[in-house]
Amino acid sequence: MSTDPHKTPYAPSVLEFKSSTFSVPVLVLSSDDLVAIEQQLQEKISLAPEFFRNSPLVLDLQELNKKGYDIDFAVLADIVRKSGLLPIGVRGGNVQQNKQALELLIPVYSIHSSGVSADTQKQKTIMPTPEPVTDSASTTLITQPIRSGQRIYSSGDLIILAQVSAGAEIMAEGNIHVYSTLRGRALAGVQGNTEARIFCSDLQAELISIAGNYKISEDLDETVRKKPVQIYLQNQTLIIKDIA
Amino acid sequence: MARIIVVTSGKGGVGKTTTSAAIAMGLAKKGHKTAVIDFDVGLRNLDLIMGCERRVVYDFVNVINGEASLNQALIRDKNCKQLYILPASQTRDKDALSQEGVGKILDALKKDFKYIVCDSPAGIEKGAHLAMYFADDAFVVTNPEVSSVRDSDRMLGILASKSRRAERNEEPIKEYLLLSRYSPDRVKLGEMLSVDDVQEILSLHLLGVIPESKSVLNASNSGIPVILDEKSDAGQAYADIVARYLGEDRPHRFIDDKKGFFGKFFGSK
Ligand SMILES: Nc1ncnc2c1ncn2[C@@H]1O[C@H](COP(=O)(O)OP(=O)(O)O)[C@@H](O)[C@H]1O
Ligand SMILES: [Mg+2]
Repeated sequence: MSTDPHKTPYAPSVLEFKSSTFSVPVLVLSSDDLVAIEQQLQEKISLAPEFFRNSPLVLDLQELNKKGYDIDFAVLADIVRKSGLLPIGVRGGNVQQNKQALELLIPVYSIHSSGVSADTQKQKTIMPTPEPVTDSASTTLITQPIRSGQRIYSSGDLIILAQVSAGAEIMAEGNIHVYSTLRGRALAGVQGNTEARIFCSDLQAELISIAGNYKISEDLDETVRKKPVQIYLQNQTLIIKDIA
Repeated sequence: MARIIVVTSGKGGVGKTTTSAAIAMGLAKKGHKTAVIDFDVGLRNLDLIMGCERRVVYDFVNVINGEASLNQALIRDKNCKQLYILPASQTRDKDALSQEGVGKILDALKKDFKYIVCDSPAGIEKGAHLAMYFADDAFVVTNPEVSSVRDSDRMLGILASKSRRAERNEEPIKEYLLLSRYSPDRVKLGEMLSVDDVQEILSLHLLGVIPESKSVLNASNSGIPVILDEKSDAGQAYADIVARYLGEDRPHRFIDDKKGFFGKFFGSK
């Protein structure tokens, strides 16, 4: 029991520090061309506007600094914010950039260097976060139709047993399976997993994307439309194959 | 147990109020004590369709604000003793309704009524949200055109995720499709989606097809729900819908343009 006279003996504790891991998108920059960065960021966001709205973001400057480019962190943070994202950290920055970040109340993270250099890893624009993922636990199973305006996100695989309407958006860090008609937008491997695949039993999608490589409805070949298909990435090209 | 039915669509002008009036009357005529509530605060349409506009003294908002009792505001229908109307206010704005207030009124009505029909305003904003929030069943009124179908699909997503049943993780709202203002001729000409098209897009249980019909306008001009016009095609369509909702198995009609043929076989009783 507390001896503090101001504290009632039965007062429940109102706070507690806990350690928790979050899955947060990381933006890996490889150029100091701010105009290009802003433009490409907009393009990525337009693929899944709902997903990115007010999304937290860690900025990774390692690659950039390695190449000897310098970037004004304050301007960069401003571009990111204007795009509707919320920068919550920086890593791989130089002394000046880290100082700028802290002035903007943005925390500085250290690089988890696991011996593998970024060069040999050959990173893409979006890098997976170094969070361990337990596969089965993070699979999301949905039995109801996904309607226009609804958005589903799975940090693992996503399995849907009903239709996905036009105007709906489904996203997974892993694979996507739709055992019905897919009319909406389906984005697999949204954290950069190029091995992710999309399976559906009737392809009529508005957009399909794997690790940021996408096709819109107009680009779909008539030979695969309204067919059961699987979609995967080969040499950064989306392959759509009939699986009937 | 009382059941709350929301008549909703997303899009305006598709026939929600027409449908609310018709099915409320149909349920009441089958002997079930029924109340129909106008959620379209600021527009007030239902009382005109029900022909009781001159008898409106208090409204939905008065009851929520405690300015009138529920019994003072409920208007008994002139054609059917089992039917009561709770009109909307014409003078207030949409914000006059609160979730708590609506919940209280519905709870009170549930004690006394078998069916409570909520006529939703258009859109997906507050009024439409309140009309569907407490529902057990949803009659989704859709016209056979792409924009109406898309709006209905959106509304179905809201029913499945934002209703009280969804929030409490209870059994979901039962959803029914009512395809209204259907015109087989125009479907043939390719000007409208067919029943099959709409069902494929929405994958929803079809409760009935209501044909595009002059009788609807005649009925609303004279303030009598179209279901009481037993000779009319739309009136019969609504009678079928009520019967199917109550568990009767009736074949669908008004889907082909063989009106005469089907009319002879399954026509009015
Ligand atoms: N089956 C029908 N055939 C012809 N006109 C109809 C039909 N259903 C509704 N209408 C007309 O459409 C208009 C809108 O109907 P209403 O029921 O007020 O729609 P909402 O409540 O969805 O806005 C009204 O003028 C009504 O008379
Ligand atoms: Mg209306």
